[in-house]
This record gives sequence, structure tokens and C-alpha cells, in this order.
Amino acid sequence: MNTEIKENTNKQSIEKNSLFKEALFQLKGNKSAIIGFIIIVGFILMAVLAPWLTPFEPNSQEISIRKTAPFVSSHILGTDDLGRDLLTRIIYGSRVSLIIGTISVGISLTFGILIGLISGYYGGWVDRIVMRFIDIMLAIPYVLLTIVIVALLGPSLVNAMIAIGVSQIPQYARVVRASVLAERENDYITAERSLGASNSELMFKSILPNSIAPIFVQATLGVGNAILSSAALSFLGLGAQPPTSEWGLMIASSREFVTSAWWIVTFPGVAVLLTVLGFNLLADGLRDVLDPRMKD
Amino acid sequence: MEKLLEVKNLKTYFTLKSDRIGSRPEVVKAVNDLSFDVNKGEILGIVGESGCGKSTLGKTILKLNHKTEGEILFKGSEIFDLNDKDLKDLRRKMQMVFQDPFSSLNPRKKVGSLLAQPMQIHKLGTKEEIDAKIDEIMKEVGINPVYKGRFPHQFSGGQRQRIGIARALMLNPEFIICDEAVSALDVSIQAQVLNLLLDLHDKYKFTYIFIAHDLAVVEFISTRILVMYLGKIVETAEKKELVGNHFHPYTKALFDAFPATDPKGRDERATVLMGDVPSPINPPSGCYFHPRCPRAMDKCKLEYPPLKEVSPGHKVACWLHE
Amino acid sequence: MDKDAYSSRKLASDQNKDILLSMEDISVSFYTHRGIVKAVRNLNLQIKKGETLALVGESGCGKSVTAHTINQLVPMPPGKIESGKVIFEGRNLLDLDDKEIASLRGDRISMIFQEPMTSLNPVFRIGDQIADVFMAHHDIKKDEAMEKTVKLLELVKIPAPERRIKDYPHQLSGGMRQRAMIAMALASPEPGLLIADEPTTALDVTIQAQILRLINELKQDINMSVLLITHDMGVVAETADKVIVMYAGRKMEEADVYSLFENPSHPYTQGLLNSLPSNKKYTNATRLEAIKGTIPDLLTIGNECPFENRCPHAMTVCRESFPDKTELADGHSVWCYFVDGKGKE
Ligand SMILES: Nc1ncnc2c1ncn2[C@@H]1O[C@H](COP(=O)(O)OP(=O)(O)OP(=O)(O)O)[C@@H](O)[C@H]1O
Ligand SMILES: Nc1ncnc2c1ncn2[C@@H]1O[C@H](COP(=O)(O)OP(=O)(O)OP(=O)(O)O)[C@@H](O)[C@H]1O
Ligand code: SF4
Ligand SMILES: [Mg+2]
Ligand SMILES: [Mg+2]
Repeated sequence: MNTEIKENTNKQSIEKNSLFKEALFQLKGNKSAIIGFIIIVGFILMAVLAPWLTPFEPNSQEISIRKTAPFVSSHILGTDDLGRDLLTRIIYGSRVSLIIGTISVGISLTFGILIGLISGYYGGWVDRIVMRFIDIMLAIPYVLLTIVIVALLGPSLVNAMIAIGVSQIPQYARVVRASVLAERENDYITAERSLGASNSELMFKSILPNSIAPIFVQATLGVGNAILSSAALSFLGLGAQPPTSEWGLMIASSREFVTSAWWIVTFPGVAVLLTVLGFNLLADGLRDVLDPRMKD
Repeated sequence: MEKLLEVKNLKTYFTLKSDRIGSRPEVVKAVNDLSFDVNKGEILGIVGESGCGKSTLGKTILKLNHKTEGEILFKGSEIFDLNDKDLKDLRRKMQMVFQDPFSSLNPRKKVGSLLAQPMQIHKLGTKEEIDAKIDEIMKEVGINPVYKGRFPHQFSGGQRQRIGIARALMLNPEFIICDEAVSALDVSIQAQVLNLLLDLHDKYKFTYIFIAHDLAVVEFISTRILVMYLGKIVETAEKKELVGNHFHPYTKALFDAFPATDPKGRDERATVLMGDVPSPINPPSGCYFHPRCPRAMDKCKLEYPPLKEVSPGHKVACWLHE
Repeated sequence: MDKDAYSSRKLASDQNKDILLSMEDISVSFYTHRGIVKAVRNLNLQIKKGETLALVGESGCGKSVTAHTINQLVPMPPGKIESGKVIFEGRNLLDLDDKEIASLRGDRISMIFQEPMTSLNPVFRIGDQIADVFMAHHDIKKDEAMEKTVKLLELVKIPAPERRIKDYPHQLSGGMRQRAMIAMALASPEPGLLIADEPTTALDVTIQAQILRLINELKQDINMSVLLITHDMGVVAETADKVIVMYAGRKMEEADVYSLFENPSHPYTQGLLNSLPSNKKYTNATRLEAIKGTIPDLLTIGNECPFENRCPHAMTVCRESFPDKTELADGHSVWCYFVDGKGKE
């Protein structure tokens, strides 16, 4: 019995593999996707290998070398107003960003998929109620919504992640619902129902895998978005708290030195920009490959 | 004769959302008050105009659609009253082969898992048994089992339809609704599949409802034929009787419009039934066929004719046979 | 009058300028991870202006692939056009870039697709989808495009078109979807060539007769040529001028329609006509005379006659190589050793 199940899942992973391979194959020919992919891989490597990439500690202060200019000492990108190595802080900052990106997108994905699936699949009054609620959420500007949620929960990095994740749920739910609506009407769903498949089997095993492409694109885009939002929240003092090396926080706490020590603000900004750009490029490439219809 | 399925005064209506605020929602009477029986072992052919509600009828019988009114009794019990478990059990006995071979197969599943799915859903058989069954059925419908690893989009239309038939056969059903099951197949395979369906019928005593727009196919395979027009039955009879002795002008038009497989004299042959197909949202008054009927009388415009028995088992709904 | 027009066209047939589309030695394969599927092999065909050429044959024999080769809708990869030319109005379409092809599609070459559900977008109303085609090819406003759309839907006999334009594809019956597709193909300005891939498969006969008549009228009005793909010999008999019978990617027989039905010469064509349920001889029969067996695997197929495994007349030579063309009469050719007589020696 046990082995049977194993073999089954094995088979399924092979199927998914071949589809995945096909997509990868096509991605190879897509320039923007490759650039995005390289940036993201670099970003992930940086986050994972942080302690080995730099000899300095992100939080060790040294008053004597405050605001060292970049490219003149062993502190390649210079130091900040407390004498911390800027490059080190940016490298460690990528860890925070990666975590924020994955966790908040994880939150939006889980709930977005559930809500979108149920609402799209059952339709009728369930759908109407859910969609009205989502319309209301979408009517509130996204940044405002995030700020309200953090304000309610209290400013901290964890709460920022939750706020970003929650405030993105409507977007995901909408994307999922749209593709569920398109898949639901296909005869193969009726056919599988006529075989006796239950609603949950139909939703999760048949409809979801067929509508995964736009969700995947949205999620890739979402990671970039989440990083940007968390930077914004930290900038406003609602996210990461000092001395965490978070990019947004780094920019915020060095605002006043824009004219005297430009690098302290600029380099974390560039880091945010590059990372978000990377995710957006990859998302665009994925969209081209996975779902040609979404192009226009 | 044992009745397997009884349909009594069945109605299936769809309400179309209207865009204008305040306007009454429009109702499509896709199946409009149908009554008929299907006997065990019988092949009931259903022909009729495109959009006349044949697929809706088939789907409603399998509870894949809602019903608005009426009864559907399978072996005496009302399908719409069954609980989930009984319905699931019933689904093993009743299968459907769908009209569109392109959208009726899950594009993400390989043929092997498509065919394994029915048995997996009902938790039947070990993996080996399922595999053996798949091989057997694939051979039976004429697809080489080595193609198990292919996705549906890698087959042509006809090949996909045979996969659809194979899927319906996986659970050894008693009753199969074939909705245009051979209309996408070309003739040499169509002939094989029709022969196959007949073999299965002889071997397992399956009961079929065979929906098709191809009169020749229905005429060949059925034991009894039911002609539909705009959600209603206009004529029904045993096959031989209907072919040799049809009364309804629409049935006649159907037989006339059938393209002869001979190009000779095609330019002279010009009896095409003209006129627009009326809308099931807003059917004509009286007999629904009267705007196109070459023999319509005054009475036809006023009142819908009742379905009357003109000889044993032969019913017609037409004022000409009052 | 019709007959005369036909024969005068026939006289002019030798002049190349009458030829609208000519496919020369076309081979198309699909490179899958299991191997190479040889979908179409060394196919030649010509369509003259104002002519209807019917392509009939076994399911999976490469009819759609042939059609898709013309306006380059063959997915590449996995598809690959191995050899040949597609000459349309003097240009080899295979040399054109994507933009040029796209501007031909839906303009000079219109297509009715075999799969209505995959070519109609499920999330848009059909009215909008057809109006979009109008707006893409004419410089007109949405309102006007909608009006034209309603007219077109009326033309293809969709009841209550003003209301139906607001429907989504799944709200239409199979036949109505097919007709919506036809309307979409007709929304382009005066196509020179209409490719109709199984245009009436989902339709019942009375509507089929009307649609075929509609296509015929259009054909005469604007001197359009039609490439008609079908498996229905009845449709062929009613509408085609010339017929090509294909089997497993190969051309088996080519003739004008009268000659083909009078004197079917390839064992496959004979089997095809024999297995029609409408054939008179089946009035009281319990089984049809089906051609036994299935099409060969296009992955492993060699140079033999592809029908060899099902053919009642198969000989050793049939297993060795594909036969050359045998011309039986003017314009009636067959690719078969049995007819050729060579194999009998
Ligand atoms: N889900 C739905 N919502 C609204 N109307 C529907 C729905 N399904 C079917 N209809 C309408 O019901 C009528 C009957 O449709 P059905 O698909 O049963 O026709 P059919 O006889 O199978 O036609 P065909 O031969 O063309 O397949 C049509 O007018 C169709 O538009
Ligand atoms: N994307 C693809 N990948 C692999 N093989 C393909 C692909 N598309 C088509 N084929 C193969 O090419 C062959 C020809 O297919 P085609 O769709 O032209 O058949 P057809 O003559 O139109 O059949 P039908 O009448 O059933 O539509 C088939 O054997 C099919 O399996
Ligand atoms: S070539 Fe040979 S096998 Fe092919 S059709 Fe002719 S006789 Fe039959
Ligand atoms: Mg139908
Ligand atoms: Mg095809």
C-alpha cells in the first residue's frame, strides 16, 4: 500500500518535471528573464553566504571611521554614520529581504489561492460576497492598507511581513479566481465530475494545476513588491527596528547625510532597486513563457 | 422490458444575467418538458438541431447540470435525491463520452493518469490491476498502450476521442451517454468505434443514449430514435418505423438535408431547410417549428401540438396528425 | 452555368497565374522527447483562384498540420518544417518574418479552427472577440464593429445575435461556438484563401447545409479559394471541386470530385467510402465494414506505403518503398502499386 502511494507521487513529480523542463528550456531564449534570474541568484547567494563574504560584522560600530568614503579603504563601499561597514550591512540586509519576500508572499499565496479557488469554483453568493470584500480591500490604497495593519499590530519586522502578506491577498485572490473561472467551464472538469471526483479533488488536483501559471508569475512579481514595501515600511519606522541591517531602515536612518555622505543612502537604495528589478524581469519572462495570452 | 431510466416532465432552464438594470432576466428553456423511458439494453439515439438541448439533457440525466423540474429515475430512484455517497456509487454505473475531445481531457494529465483516474477516484484495484486494465481498454479502443506517457495535446482529435471513450469504459459502467462521441472521428475509425460500441453492447449488455447530429450514424446504431427540436420531442419511434415512416416535417427535413455521398447532380439538389433557428430564449408561438415548416397551418401558430401516439411506440407532435 | 464555369476554369488551369496557393514538397516533423513524428511528408498541393480543395483523411494524418503550415501556426518547437515551399500570391510564406505573416493572417488568409473552445477566449464575450477582429483590420469604432458583428452572427444563423454577443463561449452550444468561429474568420476583409478546418463537424445537417451554402456564396462573390478540411465524405461530395485523400502524412489519391466518387482507386479511398454508415448497403446490417487496424506510428514509420498494414491488397513491394504517382486520367492520380500493376509482376 505504502509503496503504491510512493510510486504514484513519483509519477506525478515526473510529469511536473517535464513541464517545468519545457518552461526552463524556453526561458533560456528570453534575455530579460536571464538577467532577472542572474540578479536573483546573486541575491540569494549573497543572503545565504553572508558571513563568508565579508570580514566585518554588520553591527560593530567604530566611531573613528565614521562616514568613510567608498573605494578608499578596506571598507569598499565606505562606512555609515556609526562607522559600520556599509557593504556588510547591505549583504546582511539581503537576508532580511529574502525572508520578508518569501514569508509575506507565502502568506498572500496561501490565502489568495484558497479564497480565489473557493470563490471561483463555487460561484454564486459565495463568490459575490468574497469579491465584494476584495473590491473593498482593493479600493484602499495598498500602502495605506499595509500601514493600517502594522499600526494595529505594532511596528516590528514580523508584523511588517504579516501586513505586507495580508494586504496582497486580494491581488492573488483575483488572479486565482480569474484563471479558475476560465478553467472551470472546460469539459474536462465536467468529465471528471461525472467520474465521481469530489469538489476538493476537482479544485486542488485539476483546476489549480491548470491555473498555476499566472499565479506563479504573480508570486515572482510579489517577492519584489514585498521587498520594496518592507523597505518603505522600515523607512517610515513601521518595519524593522534599529540596529537591524534592513535596506529601507538603512536609507531612513541616513536621510540627513544625503549631501554630506551620499553613499550611505545611495548604496542601500541601489540594492533595493536591483533586487526588485531582478524579480520583475524574471516575472515578465515567466509570463511570456508560461502564459502567452497574458502578454497583452 | 425492464426500464433502466425514466425521465418524466424534465425541464432544465438557464437564467441569463441581463445587463440592463431592472430588465427581467432571460430564461433559456434548454430542456422543455421531456418525458421518455430508456429500457435496459436499448440504444436510444437522439438527433436534433444544434442548440436544441441534447447535451443539456445528457448532462442533466447524470446530474452534471441542475434540473428545474421533473423526475429522473435510474432503476426507480430519483437521481437528484441521492446523497453524496450514493451518487458517487451511481457514477460508476453511468458514464458519459463528451462532445469536444479537445476540452474534455485534462491537458496536464498524461493518458495513463487520465485513464487511471476513474479507478483511483473509486479506490478500485491495485496499481498493477489498474495498469493492466488500462492496457486492455486502450487496445480495445484502438490506441497503442505505448502512448500512455503522452499528453492529450500530442494526439489528434480522433485519437483523443478514443481516449475519452476508454476513460468511460474503465469503470465497467451499465449505462453510457455518448454525446457526439463519434462526430469528431473520421469514417474508418468511426466505423470501428461504432462497431466497438455495438460489440460492447452485445458483450456487456450496456445501455446507451447516443446523441449525434449525424443521422446516418444514429440510424445505424440505434434501436429507437428520438428527434428533438428546441428542447422538445417532436417525434420518436423504433428505428425502422422512424426511418421508413416518419411524419413530422422536421424529421423529413432532417432526412432531406443529409448530404448524399455522391457529387452527381449536387447543383440541382437545392432543398435546404431555410429560415433562422428560433431562439430557445424566446421560442415562437404555437408549434416551435412553424416558422420554418413548409406545411404550417393557422392552428400551428397558436397552440403547441401534443405528443401523440400514432402507432404503437411511435409518437409525433404535429397538428398534421391530430 | 456552374458546370461551364468549372470547365472553363479547368481549361485555364495550366496557366500558373490561376494558382493562388501552391505547396511544394512540404515535410513537417515534430521533435518530441520520444522521437521525431513525421506528420507530413513530401506533400504537394495547389489551389486555384475560386476553387475548393478538400483535404480528407484519417484522423491524425496531418491535415491540420498542413493547414497550419500555410499560415505558420505550427508550434515551433517542437514542430519543424523540414523542406518545401508555400507559395502564396507569388511569395514563399516560409521566408516571411513573423510580422509579415501576422499581417497575412486574418487578412488575405482566414482560418476557421478545428477547436472552437481553444480559439475562443473563455473569459471574453463573443461579441467583443469578433468586434476586435473588425477593429484590427478596419479603421472603425467599437459601436460600428459591434453592429457588424451582429450582422455577421445573423449571417451564420445564430439566433437572437444582439443578445448572444453578450454571452461567454461556454454559454453557447457546441454548434453555436463553431458558428461564432466562422463569423470570426469572416470578419476579415475579403480573404483570398479561407482555410476551413472541420468547419461543420459540430453542426447538424440543416445548419451544415446552410453554412456550406454560405461559404460557397462567399466564394463566388469574392472569388475566394477554400481549403476545406473534413472527414465527412458527404460534405466533400457537396462542396469540393478537387479532393486530396491523405493518409499518415502522405497524399494517396488526388482527383476532381466527380472522378473520385465514380472511380475511387486507392484501396484506402475505397475502404473509406465503404465504411460510411450512410452507404445503402447498411440498411439492415448489424456491423459496418470498417477498415481493420490503426494508422501506423508516425514515430517509427519508414519509407513503406503507410497503408500497407491495413490494406487488403498489400504486397511485398508495398513494404519496401512508397509508390510513385500513377496518373489514371486527367487530374486523377493515385499513389499505389496495386493500381499501378507494377507490384503484380
Ligand atoms: N451554462 C449555460 N448557461 C446558459 N445557457 C446555456 C448553458 N448551457 C447551455 N445553454 C443553452 O442551452 C441551449 C441548449 O444547449 P446544448 O448544449 O444542450 O445544445 P445541444 O443540443 O447539445 O447543441 P449542439 O448539437 O450544438 O451541441 C443552448 O441555447 C445553450 O445556449
Ligand atoms: N504539438 C505536437 N507535438 C507532437 N505531435 C504532434 C503535435 N501536433 C500534431 N502532432 C502529430 O502530428 C500528426 C498530425 O496531426 P494533425 O493535427 O495534423 O492531424 P489531423 O489530420 O488534423 O487529424 P484530425 O482529423 O483528428 O484533426 C498527429 O499524429 C499528431 O499526433
Ligand atoms: S501501395 Fe500497396 S499497401 Fe499501399 S495501398 Fe497500394 S496496394 Fe495497398
Ligand atoms: Mg451538444
Ligand atoms: Mg485536425
